[in-house]
Amino acid sequence: MIAKRRLGAALALVATTALVASGCSSGNNDSSDNQSKGDLYKNPVTLNWWHNANQAGPLQTYWQKVANDFHALHPTVTIKISAIETNDLQRNRIPAALLSGNPPDIFESWGGGEISEQVQSGYLKDITADTKNEVASIGPAAKIWAVDGKQYGLPWDFGIEGFWYNKDLFAKANITAPPTTLDELNADVVKLKQANITPIAVGAGDKWPAAHWWYNFAVRECSADALTNASTKQNFDDPCFVKAGEDLKTFLGTNPFQKDFLATSGQVGATSSAGLLANGKAAMELMGAWDGGVMQTLTPNQKEPTFLSWFPFPSVTGAGGSQTTQMGGGDGFACSKQAPPECVEFLKYIVSPEVEKNFAPTGAGIPTVKGAETGLADPVMQTIAKATQDAGGIQLWLDTAFGANAGTAMNDAIVAIFAGKGQPQGVVDALKKATSR
Amino acid sequence: MTATEPSLAGRATARPARPRPAGPSRAARTRRKWYEIIGLTGPALIVFTVFVLAPMGFAVYYSLYKWSGYGWPTDFRGLDNYIGPYGAFRDPIFLDALRNNAIILVGSLVIQGPLALGIALLLNRRFRGRAVFRLLAFVPYVLAPVTVGIMWQLILLRGGTVDSMLTGIGLGSLITGWLANLHVVIWTMLFILTWQYTGFALILFLAGMANIPEELTEAAAIDGASWWQTQRHVTLPLLGSTIRIWMFLSMIGSLQVFDVIWVASTPAVRSLGATNTMATYMVDHGFNQREWGYGNAVAVILFVISFIAALLFQRFVLRRDIEGAQTRRVS
Repeated sequence: MIAKRRLGAALALVATTALVASGCSSGNNDSSDNQSKGDLYKNPVTLNWWHNANQAGPLQTYWQKVANDFHALHPTVTIKISAIETNDLQRNRIPAALLSGNPPDIFESWGGGEISEQVQSGYLKDITADTKNEVASIGPAAKIWAVDGKQYGLPWDFGIEGFWYNKDLFAKANITAPPTTLDELNADVVKLKQANITPIAVGAGDKWPAAHWWYNFAVRECSADALTNASTKQNFDDPCFVKAGEDLKTFLGTNPFQKDFLATSGQVGATSSAGLLANGKAAMELMGAWDGGVMQTLTPNQKEPTFLSWFPFPSVTGAGGSQTTQMGGGDGFACSKQAPPECVEFLKYIVSPEVEKNFAPTGAGIPTVKGAETGLADPVMQTIAKATQDAGGIQLWLDTAFGANAGTAMNDAIVAIFAGKGQPQGVVDALKKATSR
Repeated sequence: MTATEPSLAGRATARPARPRPAGPSRAARTRRKWYEIIGLTGPALIVFTVFVLAPMGFAVYYSLYKWSGYGWPTDFRGLDNYIGPYGAFRDPIFLDALRNNAIILVGSLVIQGPLALGIALLLNRRFRGRAVFRLLAFVPYVLAPVTVGIMWQLILLRGGTVDSMLTGIGLGSLITGWLANLHVVIWTMLFILTWQYTGFALILFLAGMANIPEELTEAAAIDGASWWQTQRHVTLPLLGSTIRIWMFLSMIGSLQVFDVIWVASTPAVRSLGATNTMATYMVDHGFNQREWGYGNAVAVILFVISFIAALLFQRFVLRRDIEGAQTRRVS
């Protein structure tokens, strides 16, 4: 019966958005865009800000402080915050709000395929002219929030993914240095197993943590051109994508993961993959820069374990792609088209060096603008920040780059390989199919 | 409803006999009747139209488009979302969902019904502590499905409570990935659903039994019927309408089951077709994969299947209940 109500709710949501949209979307012209710069801070405005720090913690506290500080600097601007859980925010709330014609002024944006869809529908404010300095300071990562050379959002957190590992367990298995090649990683897996330690934890139950393994193999196997063609032209014909699946299948054959990984979630509870690593039940996890913050919440004393360290995804001998490019992603904010010009000023304030420097100690991510990384307190985060700067190139998470539709179909097909049901070719087939629904 | 009809009819026939010279004319009475009908049903009709009928219409309309949810649907695809090369009926994962719904539907009817009936017969006898047992048997149904899902997920984890118990009684060899083994996990889900919803069947059956006049069982006892004979020939036949109503509710619930599956099985296990149901498939695709048109098509399929199942059941099974007969044809 509850299910029946859910179905009703889903239908009602669709209907409501439709009703709201028909009522509101027609009246919007871009009057705010035409406002001259001289009016900035003259009239009182309220900025609605949607971010994803929905759990009480350092980041939520920090965003409130940022809003208060900005209001103190510019008393005409009042900032109203809504903190919403990431998945709900990204999949339901933002699309529905954009469709309704009454979106928040400034909201979370993950870049890539998603931001380009939003731009194509005319939802976002072009901030190219106002943010030249910020974009220069952020560097190549800022491109992920640009569409056709125009800037629509700015990242305040950006980091590459790599292996979080347990130094103590590595020592116990007589591993002296973290692996730099796939062959070394395979050898370490064998050593860890001999020492009766689960080598690698993967939260395959959530799909994306498993899919990231394929992404990293794809980055090693594919040329930059092949990856760009895939992201921008939905062209997945390059044989490197099948090779990535073959690499993954071979790696799975060494049985490096914990038992029942299809039932393991990525981040929820001590039995998740992050929980296994944080509590000494597994030696490694391939995960983004946020993992330290997640593990913090999963240990008995609510502190990040001191045995943690980090190394980037190793090179794959004989693979045709770049061996120094790293997979990564970040969080940014974008302004909706009808937002007042103060929105852009606030966005610039968020990525200003002072604000970013003070964001760093929250441990919630890696600041993007130059000079702010000195604020990072955690040595692991400093390592990741340095590796992000040193990376030969950065490839955005493939599911974000390809958009929600193709991205999810790809992740499903990769999980099928993990489950022993799918073949390398299946991922490419799924990607080609996904764009047809 | 059936109880009030005879008395109404009785009053209507009695009316002409009473002299009421000053009463309103027949036409005025008819008009008043219509005002009453419109006045009383109007608000409900408006709510029903806006929140039930219109969304259904929208769903059918959206289901004909390829639509990402941004902007208005413009990419008309006809029935592609249903029967096209990438439509629901050609997606093996959706067919898995249909199969899983069928397993849950049949499994619920075949397991929960007899189980609840047995417990109800037991709890219908007088013994010390009966109220406590009744309460305990009903507790799982009162818990929120999300709580139930998370609870069983923890109990069924590898090395968790269930595994320890099995090892303890020497059945350790049976242990498998209850939530990860793709061949087993749908039966795990059925087990959790049975655990939760048997209490619902039980409470219905107990209420039905309480309605059976004690004279009947006493008469049977005087005639020398054993306890079993009494249950078989008095209680069960008189419980028929309750059992059929429960079957109806269980069937519709099984077709639309969502929450326990959503919480207790991971997205990976669902997307591999091992536990997904039509409802979870709809949300996975409609919302999470941003295939709004396709998601609406799945919603329409789910609606049509539930609707047809409900109609057929009413037509062939519930008819005599609706006609008012208690047991077999009384005429």
